[in-house]
Amino acid sequence: MPDIYAVSASPHLKQRISVPSVMWQVSLALTPALLVGIFFFGIQSLYLTIYAVAAAVITEAVIQKLRKIPITITDGSAVVTGILIAFNINTSSPWWLPVIGSVFAIAIGKQVFGGLGYNIFNPALLGRAFMVASWPTLMTSGWKATSPLSNFFESSINGLKNLPSNVPEVITSATPLGVAKALRDTTQISRDMAETVMNSLSNSDTIQNLFWGNVGGVIGEVSAAALLIGAAYLAYKHIIEWRIPISYIGTVFVLTYIFGGINGLFSASILLPVFHIFSGGLILGAFFMATDMVTSPVTKRGRIVFGMGCGILTVVNRLVGGYQEGVSYSILLMNITVPLIDRFTLPRIFGEVKA
Amino acid sequence: MGLKTFPGGIHPHDFKHFSKNKAIEEIPLPKKVVIPISQHIGAPSKPIVKVGDEVLTGQCIAEPCGFVSIPMHASISGKITKIDKFHHPTGILATGIEITGDEQDRWIELENDENYFDLSIDEMKKRIADAGICGMGGAGFPTHVKLSPPADKPIDTIILNGVECEPYLTADYRIMLERAGDIIAGLKIFMKIVNAKTGIIGIEANKPDAIKMFRKLVKKDKNIKVTGLKLKYPQGAEKQLIYAATKRKVPNKGGLPMEVGVVVQNVGTAIAVYEAVRYKKPLIDRIITVSGKIVKEPKNIKARIGTLYSDLLDFCGGTTEEIGKVISGGPMMGFAIPFLDTPMTKGSSGLLLFNKKEAHKDDESTCLRCARCVDICPMNLVPSLIANSVRYDDFDLAEKYGVMDCMKCGSCAYVCPSHIKLIQWIDIGKIKINEKRSIK
Repeated sequence: MPDIYAVSASPHLKQRISVPSVMWQVSLALTPALLVGIFFFGIQSLYLTIYAVAAAVITEAVIQKLRKIPITITDGSAVVTGILIAFNINTSSPWWLPVIGSVFAIAIGKQVFGGLGYNIFNPALLGRAFMVASWPTLMTSGWKATSPLSNFFESSINGLKNLPSNVPEVITSATPLGVAKALRDTTQISRDMAETVMNSLSNSDTIQNLFWGNVGGVIGEVSAAALLIGAAYLAYKHIIEWRIPISYIGTVFVLTYIFGGINGLFSASILLPVFHIFSGGLILGAFFMATDMVTSPVTKRGRIVFGMGCGILTVVNRLVGGYQEGVSYSILLMNITVPLIDRFTLPRIFGEVKA
Repeated sequence: MGLKTFPGGIHPHDFKHFSKNKAIEEIPLPKKVVIPISQHIGAPSKPIVKVGDEVLTGQCIAEPCGFVSIPMHASISGKITKIDKFHHPTGILATGIEITGDEQDRWIELENDENYFDLSIDEMKKRIADAGICGMGGAGFPTHVKLSPPADKPIDTIILNGVECEPYLTADYRIMLERAGDIIAGLKIFMKIVNAKTGIIGIEANKPDAIKMFRKLVKKDKNIKVTGLKLKYPQGAEKQLIYAATKRKVPNKGGLPMEVGVVVQNVGTAIAVYEAVRYKKPLIDRIITVSGKIVKEPKNIKARIGTLYSDLLDFCGGTTEEIGKVISGGPMMGFAIPFLDTPMTKGSSGLLLFNKKEAHKDDESTCLRCARCVDICPMNLVPSLIANSVRYDDFDLAEKYGVMDCMKCGSCAYVCPSHIKLIQWIDIGKIKINEKRSIK
């Protein structure tokens, strides 16, 4: 009897890539933003992140044990979810907040659907939505920077100090987006005053502060620069692809330029869209949440539709909706449409002829 | 120099260094050969010899069944010792004719027709058909059929495929370096037969010396050009090569290159055609690369059709490690075969030996929907969705996703982080859909 060699379907060569390597690289890409968070908000940021990650990993292991399926916590996907949960809270949160958020994200956001690859919603965003619904005050207040470098009202908006004293009282929000929102809604300050504040929001100093992270906010989304470094790494490694983030951010840019001003269409300065892009969770959302592989379209055209949908919903939320933010709900809403988008955006086969 | 290419594709490491600098060596006559009656696309040929018959090298031993079929010839002289089921390089058992050699290599009479280029087109085509030539790049479509397009499909361009984009393989590279003149002669025969005004030789950028040499050789032929192609897999796939060289897209759903006025032939086929038209020499040998990290001495070997892979491996000194996998063809589209006593056929471009580690395949994990497969598919399909629909027995959906347009280049499975056996699922889909069609 001669030797019998292994047979298998072609191809017999394989790129060295695996699910764990993808997930650990995403974790690595999130590290710069975490470091900036620690730098601006203190070591508490790190502790909260560790609680979130530990809770996510343990939840995954326990549920997989209960489901009697292989435990896959080393694949890094729960770690990514945990980091993203921590990125969505602020440093004054109690320790149990990220823990509950992570447990919810993994248990309800991921494992009930069947685990990695089967979930409909981005687990971290679902966890955030749960936290916002359950503890709205904890999630949306206390966004005061703890580092003296970045007391928002004193340093971020230049010229605000010279305003009449009633302005900061009317505009109670501590984040730039909150200010922008309040300016559109309030009738208590004069139009001129509102415009002055608006201009100071979108001047280049404010935008620089937003870019580097010298503002109030949650742990992970303050520094656009740090997030972009991580995103660039993932793009270089072909783990994320340009279509979703670019169409998302592009849509936000165009729509806020057209509709963002307080004196009608096209009344905004060209810097206002830039302000919108670098504020809130847009950079984090566009590069790390909307691009979540499991919950975004697989077709190339579908990814553009998805990104534009996220962009439209975000701008609607920010300008006319009930939230100052809007990134996370936009992405969650678009997650639902993914199967539909995929179905209607199937690519044209190479050489396709009309039947 | 602008290199041409196609959309999509991957960049695997090419592993050609093992054998690319090894000049073609001829293996001593084998004691025994097995000639499968099916080495091509189309109807298998019909044996016309019986056990005990004496045959000469080049003698026809199986005749074609119909137009889309080719004859088979004895590749050594000797005695027919068995007509039975043998291992076939596609991994199955198939009918073959075993010849035990007399070690004398007594040939049928050949000609040397110096004025071969003045032969009539019909005579040229007859000689090609009689020589039993099929595409030598791997697919094995009968060459005379490719050269007989219907009158309403005029051909203006012949493309010679010298891309050899499969990693490891260097057989085409070596014949381009060593037999360029014969290749160009073959190209001119092709052009004459279909009355094509342009001839293009497509060569991938990792063979700059071949590109340079051919450019020099065809300098005087205004109607032949050499096109340098970007190093990318599957650059040598027929439709992708046509697109890169001419910007024409072959229609999907079974469309043929002739519909865009093109015929593609492999460089090895060009040599076989030249020898058939000029010398009436049947296709009884070819060049094959034997390679792999564990092969003691990787080589490019000129061997008779029907030579057993085990003989080829012995000629290369065997392996330095335990064999984990044997691949007939290239690593991307070749077949893993269970036995080494399998004969090489007219389409055998390579024999690769992998050790246990290289043969290892990771288990499938869940699809992450990362869409890496979608991004690189050269046919612009959605491989992950096809695989999923086949997995859940929805073959209509798989068909809608374009499973039948897949050429199984394997790029999707190559890039998949979840190690999903996409080509296996796609193959199952194709088989099931073909079954359903044939029932209708």
